[in-house]
Amino acid sequence: MAKLRLLFRKEGRTVYISHLDLLRTFQRVFLREGLVLRHSQGFHPHPLLSFALPLPVGQSSDCELLDFEVDGQVDCAALPENLNRFMPEGIVAVDCWEAVRPIRELDALRCRVELIYDGGVTPETVQAVQDLFARQEIVIQKRTKRKAMADVDIRPLIRSLAFAAEGDALCIDATVAAQNPGLNPALLAVAVETCLPEHAPDFVRVQRLSLMDGQEMPFR
Amino acid sequence: MDKRLERILPRVQKPARYVGGEYNEIKKDKKDVELRVAFCFPDTYEIGMSNLGFRILYGIMNNMPGVWCERVFAPWGDMEEELRKADIPLYALESGDPIGDFDVVAFSVGYEMAYPAILNMLDLGGIPLHASQRTELAPLVIAGGTAMYNAEPLADFIDLALIGEGEDEVPELLELYRRAKREGWTKSRFLRAAADIQGVYVPSLYDVTYNDDGTVRAITPLDGAPAKVYKRVVHDMDKSYFPAKTIVPSTEVVHDRVTLELFRGCIRGCRFCQAGYVYRPVRCRSREQAFQYGVEACKDSGYQEMTLSSLSTSDYPGLVGLCDDLEQFCRESHVNLSLPSLRADNFSMDLMQRLQRGRKAGLTFAPEAGTQRLRDAINKNLTEEDLHQSLRTAFSGGWNAVKLYFMLGLPTETDEDVLAIAEMANHALHTWRESATNKNRGVRITVSTSWFVPKPFTAFQWEGQITREEYERRVKLLRNAITAKAVTYNWHDGDTSFLEAVLARGDRRLGKVLELAFRKGAHLDAWSEYFDLSRWEEAFAECGLDPAFYANRVRSQEEILPWSVISCYVSDKYLWHQRELAYQSVPTPDCRTQCSGCGANVVEGGECSRG
Repeated sequence: MAKLRLLFRKEGRTVYISHLDLLRTFQRVFLREGLVLRHSQGFHPHPLLSFALPLPVGQSSDCELLDFEVDGQVDCAALPENLNRFMPEGIVAVDCWEAVRPIRELDALRCRVELIYDGGVTPETVQAVQDLFARQEIVIQKRTKRKAMADVDIRPLIRSLAFAAEGDALCIDATVAAQNPGLNPALLAVAVETCLPEHAPDFVRVQRLSLMDGQEMPFR
Repeated sequence: MDKRLERILPRVQKPARYVGGEYNEIKKDKKDVELRVAFCFPDTYEIGMSNLGFRILYGIMNNMPGVWCERVFAPWGDMEEELRKADIPLYALESGDPIGDFDVVAFSVGYEMAYPAILNMLDLGGIPLHASQRTELAPLVIAGGTAMYNAEPLADFIDLALIGEGEDEVPELLELYRRAKREGWTKSRFLRAAADIQGVYVPSLYDVTYNDDGTVRAITPLDGAPAKVYKRVVHDMDKSYFPAKTIVPSTEVVHDRVTLELFRGCIRGCRFCQAGYVYRPVRCRSREQAFQYGVEACKDSGYQEMTLSSLSTSDYPGLVGLCDDLEQFCRESHVNLSLPSLRADNFSMDLMQRLQRGRKAGLTFAPEAGTQRLRDAINKNLTEEDLHQSLRTAFSGGWNAVKLYFMLGLPTETDEDVLAIAEMANHALHTWRESATNKNRGVRITVSTSWFVPKPFTAFQWEGQITREEYERRVKLLRNAITAKAVTYNWHDGDTSFLEAVLARGDRRLGKVLELAFRKGAHLDAWSEYFDLSRWEEAFAECGLDPAFYANRVRSQEEILPWSVISCYVSDKYLWHQRELAYQSVPTPDCRTQCSGCGANVVEGGECSRG
């Protein structure tokens, strides 16, 4: 059977499961359901499973995509519910379909970043944060793959932003580049911490909301 | 989730181990629960979740209606620091509730080096360390597991110890607790009643006096407590609970696979081995049931690896048949089957070769001693010819890495025995040259030695551990004798083994030392990252106790050993006889060949080792 794509949520206590552990978890969930995944044909065969966009530890998501291949026929409509019987708490399969569009057409990620201020959000903070993201260039330090620190300008990777103060949180509804290169939404908070140390939040929560293609249409 | 916890988790290593929520975790509605157990493993999540006994008891307790058993593990140093800083008490994974709110706080204690973690976990839970400071029935602090055959070093801290296997004993104790809670018993009334359950040892019901030389003068039962506390065992493995449906960790743990237990006990009777004596007699699970559980556990968990587990798996009577059955299932479902703790005999090697598919990882054998004389003395029934036959098979079958485990400091060991270890390694290398199919890949022979720790309830319970200087001399002797480039020599760090020898045969005066070492920072001493002997040395000095008294002193046959209230049914007379045989290098036949009358057969009504 062709390549299938599973949409799932990752929330609650499960947000602390790392990418590799999640891969292992899914391998087992499929086996519990009795689905045999197709394996690679190499010397050390491994099941063909891949996540569209690895999710950083600690972030929750409503829009994770997992591509996989199985031998034999699968009832896509029934699969999410069947898999959910075997999931750890907090991973919820939502939908499944035949993967037609290549992952490279996935262009943008909409997400919610909550900057939490224990003393409440002041109008000054909202203004300062808005002003910050209105700049032409926002340079922060980022660890590179070679573990060195490098300056990067994250501004070109931000597509759109909307701000709202909700209780003790300043919520940013952000759409950012998904890949090649993508922007980890947590870096929006890092930008605030770096450029506006006096408005550094006490805690940051990140939630992925949806995935989009280059035409700003939902990516499936 | 606790908002304060959410704040600290992003800052600690591997946060997934602190949140629970795994597949098969058991959650209950608090309004249906009348007895809550915080089941604590005094080590990290990765170690605790790899422990089969812990999983068995978790299942058994949660199968009791009205009882909710939750898991608690020791936090790693970074998490401990964050918990203390944020003032979050140690909590159970299932509910997130602080362990101080539970009725029973139960520890599973497999090894002595976990003692500091027990105190640390109580402290992190805000529970007073001393049993005498906890005057109410709740929380009741209890401990079980192999290390509790000598619970004396923990006597000040625990309310009671459970001796032996917990399958029957734990539910009986919890039922008594439930009744005590309903009827509003005092703690002392409960403890006195608990002492009448077989296997329950209540340290506060025994008064210990000492001679001037520091040895025990007398142990006096108080308030009619039993003079001997006999261990409990499972009688029929086929009727005992097996966790076929069990928690599957969402993050990688040490033994991340299905563990299929085939039998309890061991027929071999190695004289240094505590497990070999205290788990007697041998009790086997039937081949049919083992197979069924193995299949069920693989299907339920989705694990693709299964290991057969017991003290000496190749002694399982139906092993070939079981492997035939399992092999077929495993092939069809892409499950890897592995056999640990192999004996170096032909039978095991044939099996090994058959089961091994694809990757050929290293093989491990434990000859324990270098000469036949010393192997006879410790009753390790393995000849050098067996080993080399096995190595020949392995090398010609394509394996090219072998690990050989030995102990230094075994009773009667001489320099000749030590040097023979090097010869054995050379001989192994020679065997490789003769039989390897592909010499281009080279060979790696690893010799590892540990420092022998005499344990209670073994033939060597009266022995002194050799001194550190002597241990280091023997390590050096061996190191200089190992010259081949293909042979790597690893030896155990001495500090841990020394302290283990102290704690293993300690009396209750060590409670003070333990507490002091804990106050000085001993929290997770099973880990070399955190272990520091100097804290302990200071603690001993401040308490006016000499660690060598416990580790290095040879005891006489007449001495009252601190653990003598406890019985695993194997008589002291038998152990002493085994010690004498050791000094004559006379082996004892295995239990299947001939009963040697150790005394454990009373458990099975006079007839044991049916396997």
